[in-house]
Amino acid sequence: MSNHLSIIFLILILLPFLTQSFSPKKVLILLDDFSLKSSHSLYFTSLKNRNYHLDFHLATDSNLKLSQHGEYLYDGLILFSPTVQKFGGSLDLNSVLGFVDSGRNLILAVDESASDLVKEIATECGVDFDEDSGAVVIDHGSFADGDHMLIASDDFIDSDVILGKEKIEAPVLFKGIGHALNPVNSQVLKVLSASPWAYSANPESKLSSPPSLTGSRISLVSVVQTTLSRVAKASETLCLVLPDNIGFRRIKAIALFSPDDFKILQARNNARILISGSLDLFSNRLFKSGVQKAGSSTNEELMGKPTFDDRYLRSGNEQFTTELSRWVFNERGHLKAVNVRHNKVGETVEPSMYRITDDLEYSVEIYEWSGTSWEPYVSDDVQIQFYMMSPYVLKTLATDKKGLYYTSFKVPDVYGVFQFKVEYHKLGYTSLSLAKQIPVRPFRHNEYERFLTAAFPYYGASFSTMAGFFVFSIIYLYNK
Amino acid sequence: MGGPIDLPPPPPPPPPSFSLKTLKLKTKQKELLLRVTILCLVYILAFITRLFSVLRYESMIHEFDPYFNYRTTLYLTKNGFYDFWNWFDSESWYPLGRIIGGTLYPGLMVTAAFIYWTLKFLSFAVHIREVCVLTAPFFASNTTIVAYFFGKELWDSGAGLVAAALIAICPGYISRSVAGSYDNEGVAIFALLLTFYLFVKAVNTGSLAWSLASAFGYFYMVSAWGGYVFIINLIPLYVLVLLITGRYSMRLYVAYNCMYVLGMLLAMQIQFVGFQHVQSGEHMAAMGVFFLLQAYNPSIPHRFFLKLKHMEFCWHMRSSCHNSFYFLGWVKYLLSDTKLFQAFLRTTLTITIGVGGLAFGVGMASGYISPWTGRFYSLLDPTYAKDHIPIIASVSEHQPTAWSSFMFDFHILLFLFPAGLYFCFKRLSDTTIFIVMYGLTSMYFASVMVRLILVATPAVCLISAIAVSATIKNLTSLIRTKSKALHIGSSKGNMSSKASSKTSFDQSLPFGIKTASALLLGAFYLLSRYSLHCTWVTSEAYSSPSIVLAARGAHGDRVIFDDYREAYFWLRQNTPPDAKVMSWWDYGYQITAMGNRTVIVDNNTWNNTHIATVGRAMSSYEDEAYEIMRSLDVDYVLVVFGGVTGYSSDDINKFLWMVRIGGGVFPVIKEPDYLVNGEYRVDKEMRYDVLACVRRHSVSHNEYSSYGFRYKLSYYRFGELTTEYGKPPGYDRARGVEIGNKDVKLNYLEEAFTTSNWIVRIYKVKPPSNRW
Repeated sequence: MSNHLSIIFLILILLPFLTQSFSPKKVLILLDDFSLKSSHSLYFTSLKNRNYHLDFHLATDSNLKLSQHGEYLYDGLILFSPTVQKFGGSLDLNSVLGFVDSGRNLILAVDESASDLVKEIATECGVDFDEDSGAVVIDHGSFADGDHMLIASDDFIDSDVILGKEKIEAPVLFKGIGHALNPVNSQVLKVLSASPWAYSANPESKLSSPPSLTGSRISLVSVVQTTLSRVAKASETLCLVLPDNIGFRRIKAIALFSPDDFKILQARNNARILISGSLDLFSNRLFKSGVQKAGSSTNEELMGKPTFDDRYLRSGNEQFTTELSRWVFNERGHLKAVNVRHNKVGETVEPSMYRITDDLEYSVEIYEWSGTSWEPYVSDDVQIQFYMMSPYVLKTLATDKKGLYYTSFKVPDVYGVFQFKVEYHKLGYTSLSLAKQIPVRPFRHNEYERFLTAAFPYYGASFSTMAGFFVFSIIYLYNK
Repeated sequence: MGGPIDLPPPPPPPPPSFSLKTLKLKTKQKELLLRVTILCLVYILAFITRLFSVLRYESMIHEFDPYFNYRTTLYLTKNGFYDFWNWFDSESWYPLGRIIGGTLYPGLMVTAAFIYWTLKFLSFAVHIREVCVLTAPFFASNTTIVAYFFGKELWDSGAGLVAAALIAICPGYISRSVAGSYDNEGVAIFALLLTFYLFVKAVNTGSLAWSLASAFGYFYMVSAWGGYVFIINLIPLYVLVLLITGRYSMRLYVAYNCMYVLGMLLAMQIQFVGFQHVQSGEHMAAMGVFFLLQAYNPSIPHRFFLKLKHMEFCWHMRSSCHNSFYFLGWVKYLLSDTKLFQAFLRTTLTITIGVGGLAFGVGMASGYISPWTGRFYSLLDPTYAKDHIPIIASVSEHQPTAWSSFMFDFHILLFLFPAGLYFCFKRLSDTTIFIVMYGLTSMYFASVMVRLILVATPAVCLISAIAVSATIKNLTSLIRTKSKALHIGSSKGNMSSKASSKTSFDQSLPFGIKTASALLLGAFYLLSRYSLHCTWVTSEAYSSPSIVLAARGAHGDRVIFDDYREAYFWLRQNTPPDAKVMSWWDYGYQITAMGNRTVIVDNNTWNNTHIATVGRAMSSYEDEAYEIMRSLDVDYVLVVFGGVTGYSSDDINKFLWMVRIGGGVFPVIKEPDYLVNGEYRVDKEMRYDVLACVRRHSVSHNEYSSYGFRYKLSYYRFGELTTEYGKPPGYDRARGVEIGNKDVKLNYLEEAFTTSNWIVRIYKVKPPSNRW
């Protein structure tokens, strides 16, 4: 009876969360001036059409705030304000970084007038803009409209999940500054690279020394997916649920129903960040303009005689930015893993400890967020490790194509505190890092075989000795 | 109360008068009464002198290892014996875990649990902790009784009483058996002495029953302490010495064979010992002597036809002639020709020794017989551990003994011991040979390792008791006979008493009565000094629990530092239940027992690599240490720091051992990197690491000290603190220097808790940075 009551009670508690989870995501957009709202309206409209609530503000607005009473007010932040020296209101560098660290998403676009503040944010996220403040990316090879600073690039990252399944045919037009990825940071990815003959320099001044950023080392657009791989602790469950986008709310609802599952829920922070060196990339003008890209693979462009062999009516900008924003706002490649189960073969209860050479079954359910609902994630490369300082068992999980991944294996003949580890890091997808601790004990004293066939000679020897001793004693004592 | 026990004289020589004859019976009764009273008093004394620690502090478990014993006892009483026996502890040695049942000597826990169950059965509601606290004193009391019987067996009941009294308060024993010192040694010394006593009894009587009893005593010893190896080597050695000195007898044969075979079978039932008893190098001596005895097999066919009396006769006959061991004697009897016998003897001996040597060699080479362990080697060669096994050398109780600590632990026994040896040699018997061997070997071991003073203590007490007892007896008898002679006055009585004194006493030196009384007074003075010394040592030196520290304040008042428990309770209450705590191994047992958290390494130092990994983390730079800690899933780091209180056995002072142990496994860590002119320093002249600058040009000198991670943890924010009036801030009182680097910054850890006197500092390992 009390059980039923508590479930009802739980549902009552959860109701607000469940209803809230279908409300539109709120995105804060900071601009240098409101003219951008119209000059980039196509991009904003596409966001609005996908049910985002956009909140436009001037970056210097004195009422700006990201959070109230410790709760974040927005799910995403778009910084289209390259020139801002100092944010208004309570916003500053740390609060923006804190926003990202809490698992929320950020789109940052700059141009050649980028301020130190904006560059600093980018640096903190793992990309370094050219330090020369007047430098822009110049490409005498693949440019459009005869403007060597308007670059037409089609060197995309090869990832369906980031850029969508539909191939982007037209080159993307880019006008702005280049950046390099910080080699120490492994989480940042080049989405759009410059051509090998591009370089970053100030077009006003004469080049006295070789430019610091050249060739395909220049990234035009990068994304970051923070992957904080961390094992969740039972005690930390309450802090885990704070990320407030749709996916996590749903998980919270599930988790409260079965706390056991929640314990091993991935605690990683999957904030996604998009950094573009060009604000114009998102503008209506470049969305609409056709591309007449200078020849890409012949030597002629180097000679200054571009051939207009690639013609597109519209640039790839709209498709590119829209698909990227889908990815950044978790509409694609967003995975969750729930219902981790393990038990001995033939049982259903999860034991607190295994014995060596036990046969066990392990299963986990993985779903992908489609933008509206959680769909089963289908893949054949999810692996499980049975891990103690190094993996003792490494197996690929089988899937039933309905989201369930399962396998069974024998516990190795080694005792210790093991972990079931699923480390799933796939380009563009949420990193799954599940770890569940389980001790493995040796045999109990009465679990060994009682009589060994190999030992029969020894049994025979000891019993015959005993018998012999008995006979001998009788003879010894009574033979006179 | 101390040593001076006025011994009643032995029954006086039969005097001619009638009235003395009736008195004789009364003296015997009086003597018995006196003896029992003295024993009871000694029994009580041994118990209460060990209660200083409870009075001074509280009823608590001391030191490090006892916490593990306490934790396992708790588990045993809660879950029963079989769960205890099969316990796999996942809370220690993360992630390896530890099979508790198979890696401990369960004797102590089972004993305490048994006492607890008995008390519970008798409806005494006690907490298991109280039982554990008082186990060691209780067994110390029992040891005095065993000492009495042993002394009686060795010499006479007087020596037994003195031995009981001496051992009751001997500091060498008290150091390991005060209330709260719930360690294996507490019951093991009792078991050790009991085994020896029963074995000596068996040798003296030739009785199977005593031998069986000694096998069980041995079993108890094996179940209680690893020191049983001493028994299983000393007894064969003793047998060998008896063989060589021609004291071989049937009694010895019976006693040793029964004790060895049954003792071995019983010892193998202890999981931790198991097949080691027949396979490891330390036990081979016993087996060799066993086979040697069989070569002199006494089971001669013609004994078929001998009755018991004849057997006695046979013994006499054979032991009178020297070379006649039974088997050989029998062969000699069969082979009438002397030449043939000589040839037989030669071939047999050659074959036996050859086969034995070959078997041993093959066993060693194939690994079937394990070689001697490091601890055993370090006993035979005191410098071995220092060169090869730093982990053994790092333990303070494994250090070679200083002369002062002999004086401290034995006091007057130190020079009574040679005197006792003299008496033993004067009256050589199987028993005294045993005690002499026990005394000499254990004295050697005691000088190699501090902790083995404990093993030597019973022998020293027994031998000294012989000296005390014999001397006092001589002196008193001298006084008595003199006065008696004066009383009687008749020349005839004088003659007879003189004659009797010559025959019945060990010595009759031409002392005048005054000299004798002066010497007696001197002896009493020494013994009373001994008892005063023992009491003082017990109350001042050996009653500290070492988990609660006491110091004298500026006004002479006692200041208590309870920082350890403060820290462990903080851990227990403020960290997640599955948190893993990394600390130096000394504190592992305490953290699991009191903090109830998983530890990476603890005092059961069975896995050197794991300890070295922790040592490496402690002596690396913070970022390298962070990698190691991440790989071990460490959540918290605990360091012990004495800079504020002047507590000297902290982690900074242990640091070189971490470097040595870490360097033993990971050659990346080199001790000279941490030294300045061969010295380890923390002040301004400390060494800035060259390595750091090579590896990382960007790092400025000041940011990284050569003292690694442990240094940073200990001195974090210490530079802001003024510890002593008139000294600059950041003055380290334990080392008496101002620290060199006051601005310590941590990148990968954050301070979680520091106890009120800064003795224990706990840091939380930060999760990896989000965006990088």
